[in-house]
Amino acid sequence: MKQKTVFYSFMALLIIVGLSLLWLRYEQLGIPLMPEKQVRVWLVEARIDFNATGDETLVNLSLPENPPGFQLLSEQAASPGYGFSRISSPEGRRGEWSKREAEGLQNLYYKAQFAPTKERDSRQPAAAELPEPQQILWEEPEATAASDLLSAAFQSSSTEASLTRELIKTINKGEGDQNASLLLDDMSPEQLLVRLLNQADVPARLAMGLELEDARRNQSLTPLVDVFVDGQWQIFDMGPEGGNGVPEDVLVWHRSDGPVLEVMGGVNSQVRFSMIRQTVPALGLAQGQSGGRGLSRFSLYQLPIEEQGMLKLLLLLPIGALVVAFMRIIVGIQTSGTFMPVLIALAFIQTTLVPGLIAFLTIVGLGLVLRGYLSRLNLLLVARIATLIVLVVLLTALLSVFGHELGIDLGMTITFFPMIIIAWTIERMSILWEEEGAWEVLIQGGGSLVVAIIAYAAMQLPLVTHLTFNFPEVHLIILALILLTGQYTGYKVSELYRFRVMADDR
Amino acid sequence: MMLIRPSELKRRGILGMNRRNLDYIGRHNARHLFPLVDNKIKTKRLAREYGVPTPTLRHVIDTQHSIRDLGEQLRGLDGFAIKPAKGAGGKGIMVIRKVTDGLFVKGSGQTIDLEGLKRHCSNILAGLHSLAGSPDSVIIEDLIDPDPYFRDLSVEGVPDIRVIIFRGIPVMAMLRLSTHASDGKANLHQGAIGVGLDLATGHCVHAVQYSNRVLTHPDTGVTLDRIAIPDWENLLTLAASCHDLAGLGYLGADLVVDQTRGPLLLELNARPGLAIQVANGEGLLPRLQRVENLERVSPDAAERAGFAMTHFARQPARPTA
Repeated sequence: MKQKTVFYSFMALLIIVGLSLLWLRYEQLGIPLMPEKQVRVWLVEARIDFNATGDETLVNLSLPENPPGFQLLSEQAASPGYGFSRISSPEGRRGEWSKREAEGLQNLYYKAQFAPTKERDSRQPAAAELPEPQQILWEEPEATAASDLLSAAFQSSSTEASLTRELIKTINKGEGDQNASLLLDDMSPEQLLVRLLNQADVPARLAMGLELEDARRNQSLTPLVDVFVDGQWQIFDMGPEGGNGVPEDVLVWHRSDGPVLEVMGGVNSQVRFSMIRQTVPALGLAQGQSGGRGLSRFSLYQLPIEEQGMLKLLLLLPIGALVVAFMRIIVGIQTSGTFMPVLIALAFIQTTLVPGLIAFLTIVGLGLVLRGYLSRLNLLLVARIATLIVLVVLLTALLSVFGHELGIDLGMTITFFPMIIIAWTIERMSILWEEEGAWEVLIQGGGSLVVAIIAYAAMQLPLVTHLTFNFPEVHLIILALILLTGQYTGYKVSELYRFRVMADDR
Repeated sequence: MMLIRPSELKRRGILGMNRRNLDYIGRHNARHLFPLVDNKIKTKRLAREYGVPTPTLRHVIDTQHSIRDLGEQLRGLDGFAIKPAKGAGGKGIMVIRKVTDGLFVKGSGQTIDLEGLKRHCSNILAGLHSLAGSPDSVIIEDLIDPDPYFRDLSVEGVPDIRVIIFRGIPVMAMLRLSTHASDGKANLHQGAIGVGLDLATGHCVHAVQYSNRVLTHPDTGVTLDRIAIPDWENLLTLAASCHDLAGLGYLGADLVVDQTRGPLLLELNARPGLAIQVANGEGLLPRLQRVENLERVSPDAAERAGFAMTHFARQPARPTA
């Protein structure tokens, strides 16, 4: 009895500590409890890597300047030993790092926060002097193809803007247009469009944008087309619509004639971007990252974005574990592999539910069929599972190719599934099938899927993602709840069914 | 009626899975003792020390390469059972009734050649049937020659008696009869019949198949109500003595009655299932609590069996539904 009292008071303590920390964070730092009350901002981190040769080093990175659709909230550069300054040149805003002597691998960081705005107009007045179209030289047979293509587009357009749109349509046809496909052989659609426009005496250049997607790492910039129309620079979307304007969730990073990154005194330079979607309270924005006092010192916002992105996902795991504990102990659903449902749910988060479900069922289904053949081969267990892993990977590759052919973009998403877990699942299901019959496979497999879907639903709730990441102390409460389910001695819901006959007699 | 109310289950003293795991297995079964019952070789060794009879062990195969000698080892054996040492729930058990012209006749009447047996052994060693898939050993033991009384009760498999023993005192027992539906297996959820037994007399008190009450065996037509286990007191004492060898507080023992050797211990189970309550039409909790409240328990198995016979006798017959 005494032990129980200690246990329960400890649980109560955990919950109280969790709640009070949560309250403090809410009160002191003004982080709202509800996800809606927050301003969503993008935190983008550019990381420049290069090998310094030992001499003075000067690194020059193009920085975003009034990117359409976004407002720059704050920026900072972090690089030990380097001097940093921002300069405004005719080439736009640039950041400059310098150091007298540097040798070996160098990493420079630039971090900036952007808030989305409604203003998505990409028009930008020209600099002091009007831009001149570039001279374009083609070789045969490209020259003929280019002028054919241009004259066709010229015929069916009246203004610079409509010419641009016509060209985008033709280029988007790709294989469907002989001229376009010839020209696209050795350049990207964006490059081609820029060249064609310049050839038609319309000044155009390549701009660089960053596609924003939550918790992505190691991204590079994608080219955009900037056209000088009606006395102003305008960005055109190469998408199927082919209109002017910046595609949604694309941050225009670089918009000038110069290069994105220039490194002097270094080789093998590259710049990579990580980003994360933060929900920062409007109030917290004002306080900025002034932080460093009290609770904010224990905020996850302090970490590099790469790690934040990873943690965001990791911090959802306890929710999945709680769901599994609840479903198994209190509801009594059978699952194959205790925590496999959580891993499946995590994969679903990346793939979204329906495509993920289809991909998962297809792979496990096909795997079961193949496993049927394997059992005739009489292999040792470990070799059998190793074989299954190879088969599952091959199946995944095959399915990606097929999906792509059919225009279903399963490809990328399937790879999120934990292959080894799937191989084990197939093995277990197959043995279950042989020993207990298909019905038991359905019960356990179905149970796993149901639990996975419920875990997915819980982990997907905006409130849940918001709380687990912004209020890490919530995990103390989750911990207490899980510990409490571990002490539950009552009946499972499934037992109310299992023992239903006990009510009949007497 | 689809569900039963929790209050109703409680009133009938039904033990649920969570409570069994926490209050009985967790509290009374020390973890380090589990391997003694999860591994049949260890159980047999202990049983011999404590004088508890088990089916005679013929051979143990520990490594893949010693499977080569299987043919040599089986020479001269007429009927035998191949079992995984760490199997659970009857998985991986192959019964060979007799050998004719180098072919082995299984319990079901199908035949299998030596290669097939070797493959089966290889699978067992790889851990196919063991708990958590860990590497395993093969044991080959003598067939049980069931007592004629039991032989007529079921089809294919040998009927066995499951006794739950708490602190050394038998608290509940059932006889398991395989059916065609259960494919000769004695697992209730696969369609075997569970016959609840009165601890005082060994008489049938209640019988179920697939959780539903049955009065006769669907295949043999035996009237289940008339079942009365012969030599009951002896069998119950044997069950009670299993506690001494395993040291587990909450224990399931599976016993069979051999024609010549009498009651034998087949296997022990540290996590016995809950279906025995359905077979008996009665919950375990009142009996378990009764035993839990005992200040001291006799060290003598026969005395403990006697306690069970006097205190856990089924109440005088009540009208059956």
